[in-house]
Amino acid sequence: MLVIKDLQASIEDKQILKGINLTVKPGEVHAIMGPNGSGKSTLSAVLTGNPAYTVTGGSVEFYGKDLLALSPEDRAHEGLFLSFQYPVEIPGVSMVNFMRTALNEKRKYFGQDPLSAADFLKLMREKRSIVQLDNKLASRAVNEGFSGGEKKRNEIFQMAMLEPRLSILDETDSGLDIDALRIVASGVNTLKSKDNATIVITHYQRLLDYIKPDFVHVLYKGRIVMSAGPELALELEEKGYDWIKEQVDSQQ
Amino acid sequence: MNALQQYIDLYDESREVFEQQSPDLLNALRREARELLQVARLPRKGSEDYEATDLESVFAHDYGVNVNRLPFDVDPENTFHCDVPNMSTCLYYSSNDAFHSSATAERNIGKVVVEPFCMAVDDYPELMKAYYGKLARMSDPTVALNTLLVQDGLFIYVPDGVVAERPIQLVNIFNAALDMMVQRRLLIVVGKNASLKLLACDHTQSPDYQYLNNQVIEIVALEGSTLDFYDMEESTPLTRRVSSIYVDQREGSNVLIDGITLINGFTRNNYHVEVNGEHAETHLLGMTIASGEQHVDSHTFISHNAPRCNSNEMFKYVLNDNAVGAFAGKILVKPNCPRVEAYQGNRNLCGAPTAKMYTKPQLEIYTDDVMCSHGSAVGQLDEEALFYMRTRGIGIAEARRLLMQAFVADVIDGVRLDALRDRLHYLVEKRFAGTLSNCAGCMAACKKNQE
Repeated sequence: MLVIKDLQASIEDKQILKGINLTVKPGEVHAIMGPNGSGKSTLSAVLTGNPAYTVTGGSVEFYGKDLLALSPEDRAHEGLFLSFQYPVEIPGVSMVNFMRTALNEKRKYFGQDPLSAADFLKLMREKRSIVQLDNKLASRAVNEGFSGGEKKRNEIFQMAMLEPRLSILDETDSGLDIDALRIVASGVNTLKSKDNATIVITHYQRLLDYIKPDFVHVLYKGRIVMSAGPELALELEEKGYDWIKEQVDSQQ
Repeated sequence: MNALQQYIDLYDESREVFEQQSPDLLNALRREARELLQVARLPRKGSEDYEATDLESVFAHDYGVNVNRLPFDVDPENTFHCDVPNMSTCLYYSSNDAFHSSATAERNIGKVVVEPFCMAVDDYPELMKAYYGKLARMSDPTVALNTLLVQDGLFIYVPDGVVAERPIQLVNIFNAALDMMVQRRLLIVVGKNASLKLLACDHTQSPDYQYLNNQVIEIVALEGSTLDFYDMEESTPLTRRVSSIYVDQREGSNVLIDGITLINGFTRNNYHVEVNGEHAETHLLGMTIASGEQHVDSHTFISHNAPRCNSNEMFKYVLNDNAVGAFAGKILVKPNCPRVEAYQGNRNLCGAPTAKMYTKPQLEIYTDDVMCSHGSAVGQLDEEALFYMRTRGIGIAEARRLLMQAFVADVIDGVRLDALRDRLHYLVEKRFAGTLSNCAGCMAACKKNQE
């Protein structure tokens, strides 16, 4: 579904991604790990079309379409979803209004009529239960005054509502206590199917105990320098990143 | 160059007509206004409190003035069904410069007095004499011009202790096949412990002509009274308005004034509030949504002349295209007024690099032991929020609309009339979606569409 070839990107003339290659197929879970500043969040930002970043080379194909040519909203309609590391607070825009607009824009994209109010509310109720999101939160402004854990659960709730084909979870475990982590992870696992895929960006092995990856990649200095099975995550947990850094730096 | 000269000349030529047609009370002040205008000049653009606004060019146009009070062949009640659903207001109209009551006015019998000055001078001579022209300051040449040319006005009076059950709604309509200036004039007296909710909306039914409404509103809120005054403008790009509202607040009174501009051409709103009694509460709110070449300038002055009063002021502007907004607000706390709490805020969103906002908050405090603050900010739409929404599939135009609407939501929520509040949310949504056309029967049209 996703084929990234030699992707290069920069922000304010600073080259961050220096040639990423990655292929993701339906049903797969990929973990991307790496030290701070290696480009993990930049990769998610570039894939979703954040205008702050400039793509300087390479290509990304998503179900045969040139992903980089699409606007952020069309990428969402095509089935790409990003769970933000720092979800944005939007005072004055209610969750209900926000979600209804998002769903209906997607339906419009596919030439469907807007969802009726009753169907929409039913869907909200159903999906809310997946991450045990309180009804009170759903009736408030988007992320406004939510705790760290509530914000992350809200991200997974939105993912459940939008039913993406590829989800990128950017540091979804950061700021979560162990209970919230379990709820979020079980939400992600509930939504997992053979037709969708997940890219998990994380610092720690911890989240991967709950969301089992098929592949683990290490991103360092803007490149994927190592790819292996889930055992790599355990090795990183034990030994840290220094041995990889040394290995890569000595090759250069 | 004196743009007012043409109107002064007109008055001098037709002085007898003016005096014959108007009550003595109006004529007496008229002579005073004439003397003042002999030397008065409109403030130049760039002068204090007119940094962004050129009144000279607004008045320079050759507007018609209905000196002979010729009736216009308009029937507002049948051509203009302006009714906010579920509000069941008592509806009154002013078409150009003449007042009409409507069938719904019958709901109001014996409660709130709503009648033209020409009747009020006979029915309520003491009140008219005590308050007409007493608050408005003719040092402002536009007020002097109104006083010079006004031939009738509307007197709204809530007797002591009367709590008006239904809101009074005044629909001001421009509908004339010529360029025209009118001098709307209101005198509102809310008696002791009385209460009134008043909604005024300005509309223009003929979008091809240039109109100027040079209005003066005097409000007296007596001891313990409550007044909500919602003043909404939904006109056309060729409609101009210079409005001056003067308020005298007595002990324990509670006044809310909310100025809303959805569509206009040029607007200057002056608010002058004198808080003269203890424990009075003042809420001054403003919301402007402007695009195209719209110009909206609000100037507020709240003078705290008594201790232990609260005032709360919040003006919000959303500007797009080449729209120009201006806000200048001053709070004065006079000596020996301890425990005054006064807050002023002005928040502005420029949705386009070509939109301009001028803002000037001021506090002048001569008493210790008060709590006052002011804050002013001009900003753009939050890029992070926009991107976040786009990653959820909300297109850029829709995302911008949602954010702009969210920006003004709290001002709308300050409306203390439930039906109007809901209606405003709806109208503002339409305004941002670009489907709120000019006012020609706007509310009526919306209402029909809903039904």
